[in-house]
Amino acid sequence: MTDWPSAGRIRWGWFLLAAAILVLLPLVTETLTPTLLLIWALFALSLGMMWGFAGLLSFGHAAYFGLGAYTYAIAVLNIGESTVPLLLSLIVPAAVAAAIGAMMFYGRISDVYMGVITLVVTLILFKFMSATAGDAYKIGAARLGGFNGIPGYPTLNAPGFPDISLFGMPTYYICAAALLLSYLLWRWILARSFGRVLIGIRENEMRCELLGYNVAAYKTGIFALSAAMAGLAGCLFANWAEIVTPAMFGLSQAAEVLIWVIVGGLGTLIGPILGAVVLGYVKILLGQQTLIDNSLILGALLIFVVLAMPRGVVPALQLVWGSIRRRARARSGRHGTRRRLGVSPAERV
Amino acid sequence: MDYAEVIGLEILYMIAFLVLTSAGLAIVFGMMRVINLAHGEFVMLGGYTTIACDKAGINIYFAMLVVSPLVVGMVGLVVERTIIRFLYGRMIDTMLATWGLSLLLIGVVTLIFGNTAVSVPAPISGYQVGEFQMGGYNLFIILVTAAMGIGMWGVLRFTRAGLIARGAMQGPDVVSALGYNPRQVYMITFTAGAALSGLAGGVLAPLTGLLPSSGGAYIAKAFITVITGGAAVISGTLSSGIIFGTINQIVSFAIHPVLGEIAMLVLAIILLRLMPKGITGRFFGDRT
Repeated sequence: MTDWPSAGRIRWGWFLLAAAILVLLPLVTETLTPTLLLIWALFALSLGMMWGFAGLLSFGHAAYFGLGAYTYAIAVLNIGESTVPLLLSLIVPAAVAAAIGAMMFYGRISDVYMGVITLVVTLILFKFMSATAGDAYKIGAARLGGFNGIPGYPTLNAPGFPDISLFGMPTYYICAAALLLSYLLWRWILARSFGRVLIGIRENEMRCELLGYNVAAYKTGIFALSAAMAGLAGCLFANWAEIVTPAMFGLSQAAEVLIWVIVGGLGTLIGPILGAVVLGYVKILLGQQTLIDNSLILGALLIFVVLAMPRGVVPALQLVWGSIRRRARARSGRHGTRRRLGVSPAERV
Repeated sequence: MDYAEVIGLEILYMIAFLVLTSAGLAIVFGMMRVINLAHGEFVMLGGYTTIACDKAGINIYFAMLVVSPLVVGMVGLVVERTIIRFLYGRMIDTMLATWGLSLLLIGVVTLIFGNTAVSVPAPISGYQVGEFQMGGYNLFIILVTAAMGIGMWGVLRFTRAGLIARGAMQGPDVVSALGYNPRQVYMITFTAGAALSGLAGGVLAPLTGLLPSSGGAYIAKAFITVITGGAAVISGTLSSGIIFGTINQIVSFAIHPVLGEIAMLVLAIILLRLMPKGITGRFFGDRT
């Protein structure tokens, strides 16, 4: 496979190091908080791919996070064994996103209007789920429970063995594996023509269309894939929290994931992950005191990042690092021998 | 017969509510193509200002009609100078930055007033229509909205400032060639939009208890009203306000109040799909 700098490439050394850290982490700390951070990182990664590489900003990605969680809870209460519900929690959000995406993209609706529609979808789900209190609203054996949500469903079990319930340490490893595999999946897609075309659409949509690519189909495809990943994150969250509530569809959830991604960095995959882990941890720390409100910090941070480094922290650091290296190379007399063609999107600010 | 009258009044009130809460957003979006996601928090600030004034013993009508617009207008001016002016022409970035502002304002208000609901009693008592109890204050809201709409139309249509504002909307280059500074026009427009949001918040404050997160209740409705209406400030907001208000109340009365809101949001998505430029973009061209 050729090495195209515009899509970034996988650095196996760093990847294996990260995997080793994730495997060994439970030796030094409890797993409850790291599990949550991994779930959030997965959620941010799903949006980061779609926004950073395909240039599609979904303001209401929380919709698919919540849908995944609710799908899992409802399905597992009805089925009992967790393998099918887990798959459903990927399929249902993907199907919903494909329907909404097809409606938007084949109708040539873009940027701001796409933001409005995705946000409104989230609000509809939030309003609906909050209003489903009482016995009238139930799907099979699962009562939707209105504002209180659905508690008390079985967590994930070993596939095929409903009696072997996984909780605690196994959940941590499932989340870690899900995150690493999702990262590899995005890297693989970016290395295929599907990913190249997505980047092409981000850079110049009309040119891609004139070259004969079905732009709407590509956009719908990545939207559905991203929604499936968000649904997986939602399903894992449902297993972590052991309760699903309408707050998962809420505006603050939608805002948070967006902030993690943009602060971490657009056009990178590691940026959203780091953004989610660091800011998520800050949120947990802030939740332990009452002096400063979490939303105050997040809001100020979002304003600052949009004004000062519109592509996020990681690309800004890469830019600084790149210029330091170039300067060092120029001083050592090899200037001009390795000039790159074009600028990688990660370095373009 | 009484029932029909009640429904008619409720529909009228809902239309007024939508137009009132979206006027500030409509001006800013229509004139400057800026989508202010902190709009709901501007409304919320207007409400808190009115309640704080009432607690301090200031006449409540003076507080909601004068003090709230002034205070929130000042906030809007500061926001425009410190954030918005760097982001003109970057719509998505503006949406992100104003969403950050929205979170920031929620945090600040929580810090000052605490996370508990505050409220002020409605200054006008209810009245009877047949066997139904109606809120008299709703009539006042309809009146204020009508006055505000006529005022906006008058300013835009008949004054020099309105002429320049409309000019800056249609062709900033021409306006600046004629010696006016479009940036200054934008600044004043944003301040005026914020002031209108403050007015809406003040007038609506007696209806519900206010929380720091109350802005979220307004932003969705205002948002879809403005975007569906299109770029024309007054006719757009009015036409989509009429459509959404009617649908919301009819479904609410016929089936369930929550379904009324959901019907409104679903209709908004369908309308946006059919007419991405909004109602006025589709049927009226780009006029005021």
